[in-house]
Amino acid sequence: MSLLADLTGSCQVLAPVRNGDSLVFDEIRARDEIHLSECNTRKSVKEIFFPQRERLFAYRGQETREPSFPDEERVLFGVRPCDARSLCLLDPVFDGDDFKDPYYCSRRRNTTVVSIGCNRPMRTCFCTDTGGDPFSLEGTDVLLIDMGETYFVRPITKKGENLLAGRPGFEKAEQDQIRRKGEIIEKAHQSIHSGLNLERIKKELDKDFDNPLWDILHEKCLGCGVCTFLCPTCHCFDILDEGDSRKGERIRIWDSCMFPLFTLHASGTNPRPSGKERMRQRVLHKFTYFVDNHSRVACTGCGRCIRACPVNLDIREVLEALQNPE
Amino acid sequence: MGDPSKQIREAARKLFEEDKVDLIIGFEDGSLPLRATPCFIRKGEDAERLVWNSFCENNLATYLPKKKGRIGIVAKGCDSRSIVGFLKEKQIDREDLVVIGLPCEGMIDRKTVEERMEEGEIIAAEEGPDGIVVKGTDFQEKMKKEDLLPESCRVCTHRNPVLYDVLIGEAVEEQKVADPFGPIRGFEGKTAEERWAYFSGETEKCIRCYACRNACPICYCEACYVDSSEPQWFGKSIESTDTQIFHIVRAFHAAGRCVDCGACIRACPVDVDLRFLNKKIEKDILELFSFEAGEDPDRPPPLTTYKQDDPEGFIK
Repeated sequence: MSLLADLTGSCQVLAPVRNGDSLVFDEIRARDEIHLSECNTRKSVKEIFFPQRERLFAYRGQETREPSFPDEERVLFGVRPCDARSLCLLDPVFDGDDFKDPYYCSRRRNTTVVSIGCNRPMRTCFCTDTGGDPFSLEGTDVLLIDMGETYFVRPITKKGENLLAGRPGFEKAEQDQIRRKGEIIEKAHQSIHSGLNLERIKKELDKDFDNPLWDILHEKCLGCGVCTFLCPTCHCFDILDEGDSRKGERIRIWDSCMFPLFTLHASGTNPRPSGKERMRQRVLHKFTYFVDNHSRVACTGCGRCIRACPVNLDIREVLEALQNPE
Repeated sequence: MGDPSKQIREAARKLFEEDKVDLIIGFEDGSLPLRATPCFIRKGEDAERLVWNSFCENNLATYLPKKKGRIGIVAKGCDSRSIVGFLKEKQIDREDLVVIGLPCEGMIDRKTVEERMEEGEIIAAEEGPDGIVVKGTDFQEKMKKEDLLPESCRVCTHRNPVLYDVLIGEAVEEQKVADPFGPIRGFEGKTAEERWAYFSGETEKCIRCYACRNACPICYCEACYVDSSEPQWFGKSIESTDTQIFHIVRAFHAAGRCVDCGACIRACPVDVDLRFLNKKIEKDILELFSFEAGEDPDRPPPLTTYKQDDPEGFIK
């Protein structure tokens, strides 16, 4: 991949690499460090824009220091379309009309996203149910499609065009290649499982907050934060002060609606006192509240929560149960 | 020997018929290959869902302290030892519990299977009498079950439930494990710097999702110290010192209580070696107090009792 070699020589490139047994996004300095696999990375690209721990400012005595906003141009290479799309779901939260988070915005501005389409979606993938696609262009600046001996490269945005301008190794696609690309896309679409009707699910969810189904659906949930922390779109955070009167810092960390502290009031009351209310919150936030606020579900169908749940609590089964109440 | 799944279902139906339980906690088929998933059965006809195979990895005892009423529970060796722990710690009433004991020959470690496949998604896995057949879209491989067991199952010497009311099938032969603490001895032989490097390297991966804690049967505290904000005992972020403290304190809290079921390490989404600290403490407790967790319900955990002749050589 001469494009990647050229990129690593000219700017910071983050790409999936093997770290022990898992795939993670990390900086690569040579093209052979990248590990493109059918499987998605263990953690999503969320943390590249919205890190799990972010220092907002630090103080020592009367003196305060704010971190500088990251401004180095970087390329996020080999992102799966579901993860690229997740950025479009985080944008209204951190770069919306009401609030603009300078840390997130600067990282988004300085990052060019090069996605690679999913020729072979996994069994846990359900992007098409959530409005996505194995070759979705949303959130992507350049889309790559693996054609075997070569890559089909398509700039999507101005940013993507700028990234590719003047780079070596491109040839105009031939008719036969375009036809084969169509076949690859068709095959991927056929292999992806589908069956959720999220509009219908939203109607059901809106109808009955106290649906007795929740008593059953939450029962095996352990209440850990695996699903929320691996989720590319879960974005709830907490702001904490760490330190004392002399020195310290204010930080922002990922929070999880699955945790008992999440909505614990200062009075000691917790409106979500048990796992049932917490799991309901997670599902309602993704599939109704976010839809009300931003006109789309806060789920890309990447399947991470399905693969990593310690008790195999499959969000698709939860949604199916809500979709087809007996 | 009959089909254990069928026998569990029969036992479950009988328990409902005889009105001995309100709820049975067991396993049903999962949504993914290599997975069974916990299920909660409340009437006899739903007992059909219950299954037993080498994918029943979760320690179901974890659910017990929060459940009310008369409960039947499917318990393999380690689950039963966790139940003993609850009885010791007065978390459950024996009278309210019906233990459906399952002799166990180890539960397959999905991560090991995935590692062995390296590339390609596993789309199906079938268990047969002579192994597991793992299938992908363009591959198929037969593997021996014993090659796929996690360390906790490989060194397990309590495959049979230590307490039960109904036993499914026949007891299996317990493993003769030459040295269950082999890797720990290796670890003890390292320098303090090397040990610290290993520990901090492992905890560096932690994302503080608390899957280990929540999957762990003995982590039943109503309010965990990490969830306390007033006072806040230590930081809540993934700053290395905070993560390290979390794991150290959890390991201490599990001292003399951990039964090495492996639930923590299975639950961890980022492959932190959570087990070695617990195993080291298990070894210490065994050597100092001749005590093994999950054995005799009437023998209190060593850290809750005091004896004049308790070893104190570690006090410097």
